[in-house]
Amino acid sequence: MTERMTGAQALVRALEHVGVDTVFGIPGGAILPAYDPLYDSTKVRHVLVRHEQGAGHAAEGYAQATGRVGVCMATSGPGATNLVTPLADAYMDSVPIVAITGQVASKAIGTDAFQEADISGITMPITKHNFLVTDPADIARTIMEAFHIASTGRPGPVLVDISKDALQAETTFSWPPVMQLPGYRPVTRPHSKQIREAAKLIAEARRPVLYVGGGVNKAGAAPELRRLAELTEIPVVTTLMARGTFPDSHPQHLGMPGMHGTVAAVGALQKADLLIGLGVRFDDRVTGDLETFAPYAKVVHADIDPAEISKNRHADVPIVGDCKEVIGDLIAAIEGSDQRGDYSAWWTLLNGYKETYPLGYDDYDDGSLAPQYVIERLGAIVGPDAFYVAGVGQHQMWASQFVKYERPGSFINSGGAGTMGFAVPAAMGAKMGRPESTVWAIDGDGCFQMTNQELATCALEGVPVKVAIINNGNLGMVRQWQTLFYDQRYSNTDLQSVRRIPDFVKLAEAYGCVGLRCERPEDVDAIIEKAMEINDVPVVIDFVVHADAMVWPMVAAGTSNDDIKIARDMAPTWENEDE
Amino acid sequence: MSRHTLSVLVENKPGVLARVSALFSRRGFNIDSLAVGQTEHDDISRMTIVVNVEELPLEQVTKQLNKLVNVLKIVELDPAQCVQRELMLIKVKADAENRSSVLELVQLFRARCVDVAADAVTIEVTGTTDKLDAFVKVLEPFGIKELVQSGMVAIGRGARSITDRSLRALDRTA
Repeated sequence: MTERMTGAQALVRALEHVGVDTVFGIPGGAILPAYDPLYDSTKVRHVLVRHEQGAGHAAEGYAQATGRVGVCMATSGPGATNLVTPLADAYMDSVPIVAITGQVASKAIGTDAFQEADISGITMPITKHNFLVTDPADIARTIMEAFHIASTGRPGPVLVDISKDALQAETTFSWPPVMQLPGYRPVTRPHSKQIREAAKLIAEARRPVLYVGGGVNKAGAAPELRRLAELTEIPVVTTLMARGTFPDSHPQHLGMPGMHGTVAAVGALQKADLLIGLGVRFDDRVTGDLETFAPYAKVVHADIDPAEISKNRHADVPIVGDCKEVIGDLIAAIEGSDQRGDYSAWWTLLNGYKETYPLGYDDYDDGSLAPQYVIERLGAIVGPDAFYVAGVGQHQMWASQFVKYERPGSFINSGGAGTMGFAVPAAMGAKMGRPESTVWAIDGDGCFQMTNQELATCALEGVPVKVAIINNGNLGMVRQWQTLFYDQRYSNTDLQSVRRIPDFVKLAEAYGCVGLRCERPEDVDAIIEKAMEINDVPVVIDFVVHADAMVWPMVAAGTSNDDIKIARDMAPTWENEDE
Repeated sequence: MSRHTLSVLVENKPGVLARVSALFSRRGFNIDSLAVGQTEHDDISRMTIVVNVEELPLEQVTKQLNKLVNVLKIVELDPAQCVQRELMLIKVKADAENRSSVLELVQLFRARCVDVAADAVTIEVTGTTDKLDAFVKVLEPFGIKELVQSGMVAIGRGARSITDRSLRALDRTA
């Protein structure tokens, strides 16, 4: 199939061919030629957002809810630089998105032309790869390559910058183009020798832990993980990026490890003699002080990205491969051997941690709302079939701790980058990708004020997301650190939301959404249920909560996981070491 | 710390040098020397990168480099099994009185005199880092007016070529 058309038409045609149904973006001078044929496309729906950052996070939410590549589009210069934050976010959390940006005409590149920015240079360290296209003949092939790179191997963001003259010029379009990526060969098949080594260590271990990260869900390997866990009876911890990948209700689940992890999960890592890391990167928020992290453990580390293995913690058995294949092969190797580990003493210890140190929180005598209670009730009423999308801060940690996740991918948040303002646009993207599902954004009042303009997009485009603002009137997590580490000197963390500036209910109404407010524990259930009944427009609930609530447990930044606190100045009592 | 010589085969495309050098600085590695040029294949450039790092960080930077889409292959060259060369041009003060002393050193180091003026000579010398250092040292007493040097280039000894397999990978996509 060969046809004459403009570069812009080739772009839209290529997007249709790779299966794009939704693009989030804002037009502008350099990308304008692309918006003309996009106007005619019956396959690609363009969603006009209010800020390019919203487009980027929406693409991320779409990608994480659907497992497909999310797409955002912006013009040159400031349009493109507004995508920088979502690209960095997607890079840190390995989210497959493709960003398409217009660039000034090729002969103007380098002249500091109007709205010129070297976006491929700017995004080099925060994209998996990027392209600058100045020849219309390269557009279709580059789009195919961009989608291939974004979605294979370790997923990640790819940016395609196209000069205006390349969009305007005529070219010959043919599909499928031949990709030219001789240097791109992700390894997905694990090495059988390493699998045997790992199986041997598992059989020999007395205190193993399955340390599960975002890579397992990205590989679609949650069913395999469950089979492996049940076959071996090894305890499971799920990182922030893996919440839901193993059911919270499963008796082998110890919860989330890390800075705000459960005592059982953190303790399991610290006492383990074997970590089986699957799709994890030994992030500092999980390990705490590396020197004292899991001091007795040998490490089996499986990841599709070879650079993650032994980056932070030496792997005794490195396995490069896709987690679905790795876990499948591990199951086969373990089933093929009659050697099984005996973990009964290990389980006695861990069950002790679970029972003694469950997650908890305090209610307030003055009748004000505990934020944890709001989130716990939200999870209980809405249930495990919904998507929960969090911003960054205290509310995010509570959303991870107090919603019970049963379904892989049901918790979407900004993990590695910690991007405040992620929730509202990402929830919009998730809802557009999965319109049949209920999507709740659990947001803080600080985060919400960074990106709430996308509620206008939601209202106009018919995207009935639900937003629970956990409004403590402060930049809560920063305030918590000021309480604990800065002598309660609350420098610039009070957003003064008690003065109702802005009034979130009125703001929601101004955006064409339903606005509700909840200030007392006895109203929580009824208001959530009311929100659940509204399915034609977005709903925003302003939950006014107590400002002093803190996220516990906590491992202070840079300290050892051994020094986890369950409340201020309260440490759990560890058992004596056997070895 | 120890010096390592990496030969990196990359696609000959705009921006690849920027990607490689940016990766080094972003991951906190200092490049001692970098030389880049075309190979026997038009589509492939070869970078010779000398870094001063421990074994473990070197493995990390190699893995990160391998992830760059435009990087085709990375080989660490064993100094004992390869030929390493740098090129240096040196402008040294030399008048009628001491020019012959300078030229004697040029001969000793198998360097070449490439330009002569009334009060200076310009010398071209190639060799390993050690040889060039030694040469600069003996010229210093005369007064070095200007010095420029290339990054190191290196190639493995013997008949084997590191480009063969990468060429086949390129041919497959063409």
